Amino acid sequence: MSLSADDVRKMARLSRLLISDADAAATLNALNNTLALVERMAAVDTRGVEPMAHAQDVALRLRPDAVTEADAREALMANAPAAERGLFLVPKVIE
Amino acid sequence: MRGTVASLAAELAAGSVSAVELATEALALAQASPLNVFITLDPERTLAEARAADVLRAAGQAGPLAGIPFAQKDIFCAEGWRTTAGSKMLGNFVAPYDATVVVRGKAAGLVTIGRANMDEFAMGSTNENSAFGPVHNPWDITRVPGGSSGGSAAAVAAGIVPAATGTDTGGSIRQPAGFCGITGIKPTYGVVSRYGMIAYASSLDQGGPMARTAQDCAMLLNAMAGFDARDATSLPRDAEDYTRDLDRPLDGLRVGVPRGWLADGVSADVRAAVEAGIVQLETLGAKRVEVDLPHAQYAIAAYYVIAPAEASSNLSRYDGVRYGHRAADYADLAEMYARSRSEGFGAEVQRRILVGTYVLSAGYYDAYYLKAQQVRRRIADDFAAAFAQCDIIAGPIAPTVAYKLGEKTADPVQMYLGDVYTTLVNLAGLPALSLPCGFGEGGMPVGLQLIGGAFSEARLLNVAHRFQQATDHHLQTPGGAA
Repeated sequence: MSLSADDVRKMARLSRLLISDADAAATLNALNNTLALVERMAAVDTRGVEPMAHAQDVALRLRPDAVTEADAREALMANAPAAERGLFLVPKVIE
Repeated sequence: MRGTVASLAAELAAGSVSAVELATEALALAQASPLNVFITLDPERTLAEARAADVLRAAGQAGPLAGIPFAQKDIFCAEGWRTTAGSKMLGNFVAPYDATVVVRGKAAGLVTIGRANMDEFAMGSTNENSAFGPVHNPWDITRVPGGSSGGSAAAVAAGIVPAATGTDTGGSIRQPAGFCGITGIKPTYGVVSRYGMIAYASSLDQGGPMARTAQDCAMLLNAMAGFDARDATSLPRDAEDYTRDLDRPLDGLRVGVPRGWLADGVSADVRAAVEAGIVQLETLGAKRVEVDLPHAQYAIAAYYVIAPAEASSNLSRYDGVRYGHRAADYADLAEMYARSRSEGFGAEVQRRILVGTYVLSAGYYDAYYLKAQQVRRRIADDFAAAFAQCDIIAGPIAPTVAYKLGEKTADPVQMYLGDVYTTLVNLAGLPALSLPCGFGEGGMPVGLQLIGGAFSEARLLNVAHRFQQATDHHLQTPGGAA
């Protein structure tokens, strides 16, 4: 199955990426080559095979619902591209 | 710096050298190196760590690794260190906390010489996908060091440091170790904590040590491994001493060689060196048996679905709001996200995000993602069947020795095909190591891969150690490249 330029634009939108017109053809080509590679697995008979999501079949652990982390607010905010009065700044989203 | 972890540890214990002296020497080598192995050096921070190690030792509280200099792959968050994961996205990111691997390294007294260069977010097999420029292979500076832990491998091979950390999602410890002629082990999934290790594909990512010798790797793994409540997939197991079996004889060891692995798919020089390596194991008492891994040939296909799928999810966190790159110009929130991400991520990372988004999207999920997970199960079952007939599996790391910089950048799929002997191990979650077994085309090192069943690290390190006691491939160093 081959992707179209429209498919790539849709994936870019879902991925929150901008693909420039200059890069569109090369990206389409690379994605189609990758899909051609992965489609080789169609040859494997997987009828009745349980999908494997993880290497270890272990149940996730639970811990007591208690505060375990120390306050690191300042250190965490220090990496924010834009912050004011301890808040992250983003463009206006509600008119 | 020509010592190993073991030999330098003995010198530190004897008091004939100090941590500060070793750190000073390594820093000078790092600063003089033309290989671009480090993204960040911070000599003040390094020397502070070295002084702390010397204090620990003077107080009689030092473990065997206190004062050993090492290169930290720039994927482990370390408080106060710039932590980039090789990406422009994190070009200004200073980690606000320590990864568990960093905490454990500090407790052991290891001294960080610098932050090792890597493929962006660990996506790559050549280190050419780093936003901070490619690393050069110390054996031939016109060639790649492998990836994604290319800076780590080159730093050890060039003798700048005796040890490094790496991470391995589809071969990123073993392949650069092979390309640079050093030893590196990817532990069983869940043995080394992923907490604070910047995520690529969470069901495959695993940290591990890289060094000159198997003995060094065993000592380093003792410090890195262990249960961590902060990693949801960390395995609650008793602590192990990975050096415990190093000297065990190999008599009766059944070495499985997968049918077809030393045929047309591998270049003649690599085949010859790997064959010689297997013969060496037989000389040491091992018995060679043929095994079948019938679905191994589909591992790359399954990997390049599962890893991008997980990556597309993991990397959605980079939105230019809480940390990371934010574009300068945008009209609204949606455009801010898209511009920040397109400017911050390199081409290969964007390709994998797009592939991952596609294989997870409605209508394609079953055909790609579910199918890949079923193939993954088939591969894991193949290994289980093979390990009924053998104790370890031996084979190549990569089809060729390290190739030239720029040789495979035009067609990513050509690069993916080089992962044919490594990705299956991550899919099955098994431990595997790479050790030097000879030299091939252009005098470049060849790596021998040893794969074991879950939690067989000590056995793999034992086999590699016995091999290295009988051979000198791992003692060869590139001329004048440090």
